[in-house]
Amino acid sequence: MTAVTDHMTVPGAAPQRKTPKGTFDIIFRNASFLSALFVLVLLAGIMLSMIMGGWPAFREMGLGFLTSSVWDTQNDQYGAWPAIVGTLSTALLALVIGVPLSLGIAVYLTQLAPPWFKQPVSTAIELLAAVPSIIYGMWGLFVFVPLFAAYVQVPLSNIVEGLPIVGTVLYSRSPSGLGILTAGIILAFMIIPFIASITRDMLDQIPSVLRESAYGIGATTWEVVRHVLVPQAGVSIIGAIMLGLGRALGETMAVTFVVGNANRLSASIMDPGSTIASRIANEFNEAMGLQLNALIALGCILFFVTFVVLVIARILVSRVKAY
Amino acid sequence: MSLTTPSTVRPLPHAEWGRVRQSRRTADKLMRIIAAGFTGLAIFVLFWILGMLIVKGVGGLSVATFTQITPGPGSEGGGLANAIVGSIVLTFLGIVVATPIGVLAGTYLAEYGKGSKLADLIRFINDILLSAPSILIGLFVYVIMVEPLGGYSGWAGGVALGIIAIPVIVRTTEDMLRLVPGPLREAGSALGAPPSVVITSITWRAAKSGMVTGILLALARIAGETAPLIFTALNNNFWFSPSLSGGVSNLPVTIYQFASAPYENWQQLAWAGSLIITMSILVLSLIARRIVRGSK
Repeated sequence: MTAVTDHMTVPGAAPQRKTPKGTFDIIFRNASFLSALFVLVLLAGIMLSMIMGGWPAFREMGLGFLTSSVWDTQNDQYGAWPAIVGTLSTALLALVIGVPLSLGIAVYLTQLAPPWFKQPVSTAIELLAAVPSIIYGMWGLFVFVPLFAAYVQVPLSNIVEGLPIVGTVLYSRSPSGLGILTAGIILAFMIIPFIASITRDMLDQIPSVLRESAYGIGATTWEVVRHVLVPQAGVSIIGAIMLGLGRALGETMAVTFVVGNANRLSASIMDPGSTIASRIANEFNEAMGLQLNALIALGCILFFVTFVVLVIARILVSRVKAY
Repeated sequence: MSLTTPSTVRPLPHAEWGRVRQSRRTADKLMRIIAAGFTGLAIFVLFWILGMLIVKGVGGLSVATFTQITPGPGSEGGGLANAIVGSIVLTFLGIVVATPIGVLAGTYLAEYGKGSKLADLIRFINDILLSAPSILIGLFVYVIMVEPLGGYSGWAGGVALGIIAIPVIVRTTEDMLRLVPGPLREAGSALGAPPSVVITSITWRAAKSGMVTGILLALARIAGETAPLIFTALNNNFWFSPSLSGGVSNLPVTIYQFASAPYENWQQLAWAGSLIITMSILVLSLIARRIVRGSK
């Protein structure tokens, strides 16, 4: 191509624009290639640094690090079990509360809302994702927690006290409002915008012919959602839920404010606990030596759990708008 | 699908019709009410949070908030001036780190790497990084920068924020470049421009507003990040030194430390800081959304 243009000088035309020589082309191409590779290097770097930073703790404690529930900074004994349980239980509670809400919102936005109302409502839902984690934490601690303690924990404890199973799971020994369930509720509202907006996009992508034919044979909106839309978008909706799970597992600041930061295990979801992220955020700046390694080792566990969850999520959702 | 007629079609007795119709209608109505109610609840929570910030934060806003530095433990008065400036510096540093890398990587994925396996892998990994917990990025920067260099620093904070911003910029840049029609590029190539010139002066120019949106979204994403700063820039109660060595005061960590402290002026400042930071982020996100909608 260049060969042709080189010889085509139109008489009287402005002097030929100087095209940059091949060197700029090569530099630009390589720079963009290296930048793209940098993304791979980042992930590998995070993985490596977590493993190397946590290695002394894994070596010292062995497999016991995963299963032990001691966290004794005096004697340098560390176990990750309570934090792992806390992380999983807060995240699962967040899904149990957040998923129905998100799916309801997605159905409302795609099927029910009047057209002029859709845009403002979607924006409001997406703004929930823009509120910083720490603000959720403050709202949780100063506004939600006192209300939750007074109107849910106290009455509920009175009702369930002494009952088998629910008397253990839902009973709060000290109704302070802080605890695993509180963290799960706050997390639910933090993951709603992600699950809801992906599900909305998925439902929007379903060809309207499918919907119309169902309406044509007399289906109600609920039946269209239940029998046409959900089976069509099912896999991606599960992906969206996994993506929400990934968020919930790694959330730090909001959880640190409301989870109560207790190092021991409790069978009750009303009792304080801790998550991997909250433990790291709480202790990191005062940690030294093996405790620091143990905290990074916790980070390593968090990394692998979220990595697996996010990989599955991304495979199921493959390319939708996200931020 | 499952709506197709069941294999055994048994006509219902006439009297049954009304009841079936009624139960289907009830289910539909119930679903509509629940879906609308859930949406209302989510919006209610958003306004609850914003309302709380305004009620508790406005009282803390004064001239002193923007002119005086953060007070030490137990001292009276004070403001957030150093934290606000520190936050702006760190966020700006993060964006400066992330923009060239993010834009170039996004360009590679959209323009050069089409169809290649490596580009697919990078795109996938980028999506993973996009939703990776930010606390891990903070730990990563702690291990590679803070520990070897011997202390918390503004540089480490900026790098951590930059790493969080990169995947956002890569993603939006690629998406926006893909929206640029192919014939535009072909026209450029036909004039004899090499690929780099076609990209920089035709494709980038066509996708400019979208790429700016990506940077704004990245800005909104990192402005409120707290967890990665705890391990990197930390905080202090002084003006930052221009060398950015040592801890740099910033709004998120200040809010974190002041919110549950026993001093009344600290708490008041935490609320004022929360109001400032949340409103800035919401405005940024709204602007970014407006630009995207305008360009489509």
